[in-house]
Amino acid sequence: MTQPPAPTAMDPAPATALRFAAALLDTSLPPPAGLHAWNGSDPAVRFAVYRNNVVHSLVAVLADTFPVVRQLVGDDFFGAMARLYVLDHPPRSPLMHRYGAGLPAWVADFEPATALPYLSDIARLEWARLCAFHAADAEPVPVQALAALIQAPQRLARACLELHPTLAVVRSAHPVVSLWAAHQLSDADRDARLAEVPLHSAEAALIFRDASDDALVVELPDADAALAAAIATGAPLGAAQTAHPEADLARVLSLLLRHGLVTGVGGPLPATETSA
Amino acid sequence: MTSPASPPAVLAGVGLKMAHVPALLARGAGAFLGGAGFVEVHAENHMVDGGPMLRQLERVRTHWPLSIHGVGLSIGGEGPLDVDHLDRLDHLLRRFEPRWFSEHLAWSSHGGRWFNDLLPLPYDPATLNRVCNHIDQVQARLRRPLLLENPSTYLGYTGSTMDEASFLAAIVRRTGCALLLDVNNAYVSGVNHGRDPWLLIDTLIEALPAGAVGEIHLAGFAEDRDAAGDRLLIDHHGCAVDQAVWSLYERTIARLGPVPTLIERDNDVPELAVLEAQAQRALDLLHAGTGRRIEHPVAA
Repeated sequence: MTQPPAPTAMDPAPATALRFAAALLDTSLPPPAGLHAWNGSDPAVRFAVYRNNVVHSLVAVLADTFPVVRQLVGDDFFGAMARLYVLDHPPRSPLMHRYGAGLPAWVADFEPATALPYLSDIARLEWARLCAFHAADAEPVPVQALAALIQAPQRLARACLELHPTLAVVRSAHPVVSLWAAHQLSDADRDARLAEVPLHSAEAALIFRDASDDALVVELPDADAALAAAIATGAPLGAAQTAHPEADLARVLSLLLRHGLVTGVGGPLPATETSA
Repeated sequence: MTSPASPPAVLAGVGLKMAHVPALLARGAGAFLGGAGFVEVHAENHMVDGGPMLRQLERVRTHWPLSIHGVGLSIGGEGPLDVDHLDRLDHLLRRFEPRWFSEHLAWSSHGGRWFNDLLPLPYDPATLNRVCNHIDQVQARLRRPLLLENPSTYLGYTGSTMDEASFLAAIVRRTGCALLLDVNNAYVSGVNHGRDPWLLIDTLIEALPAGAVGEIHLAGFAEDRDAAGDRLLIDHHGCAVDQAVWSLYERTIARLGPVPTLIERDNDVPELAVLEAQAQRALDLLHAGTGRRIEHPVAA
């Protein structure tokens, strides 16, 4: 976006949307020229209402999407952090449930939050839950369709699965699942649970929407999560197992089936058709 | 219940939040606002691929008249309309076929950035042309009339050459769109620009063809002061409707007759019954204004 020329006393240009928009996000700019109050009072006070509406409403959107991040850093820190994110990365779409996709990566580089190295991965987990909540519906394949496949190891190895659109795999070097789960409890229970979380353990989870429309977070071993992620990209089951030998394919399949997350079964797909 | 001979032509409703849906469905159509209720949702909240936002709206629309209220079209924007967003609206409206579809006289995006607020426009011939062209495009694409909502504003444009009522009336005449008259916005803007709030409504009603007001909104505002110490009202939809707005509403419906009226609440949202009680007050006023008695359902 091109920068508008700075308004000056010599520049009576009308208040264009470009100038208005620039001043909304850059608090060092005065309100655009060409705006006035009926009583001749300083338009800056009134322009601040628009600025506040923009920033506060977008910070509120992020606070709704990332409630555990907010609890971990506290309301004040979150408000200040989210405000910086909003000013740096205003939405590109009017769909507020798509706003915040970039926050997890941005948090990873946010200097004041480096004392909480897991914060970015917690944000990723919360973003995955929001996506799961709004993703497309899909019918799981009947368990019998897979039972036949499981009886025939040769066919099983070549099979590719289509997984539910709501499913995401989150893997972290930090105990993000335990931290997230503790923050679903009441304050007293949370603190007791947090005291038991081993701070240097890696954790992973499948995230998906269940039949009662809750976005579930189901922990699984990291190797199994890596295998699930490979299956989700369309890799044949045999190849996925080979790439992740320490994972338990039977355990992963059982988990996917139990939660109705297998929505299609096919042979190996041509490489060009595989997608995440 | 209202007798079958006189179906409820007089309607009042609430802006529906997801948290209200279970309570609403549990009530059933007849027990919500005496069978004269309708609901309104924000279009953008339901522009999702699947999941509960769509399923719940499917259920709600089978029981109550539905209004879909857009906040994302930026009809007053300087640039072209977002055709992807128009496509999403078309998809949503064809799926849910609401009784009303409304949007705002405002802009909210520029240069690809989205501000999540309803920003003000200058009232001049160039802006009028642009807004009318956008509304023509919207109505042609969506194949239905649009209800355009009057804004709440905090600043005026020095370059404006028309008053808000003339600007809105010109849009309605040129595009054939209807008006969503937000009485709270009229009050907020009146106070914020040192004008009699009744003046906008009175002038509008005078200038508009009969039946041009398709819906009325009522909401709460917050109060602040500007740099001169004068009242500065902020349209925050975060509290009950103010008595001054109720009074303005009574005058409005005395002139217009019964118009479907909605209670909006977007912040600090209370339970459904609190909003329903406000909608019931609007319903009572609508009936009182038309000289008809309200028949409340007999409690089971």
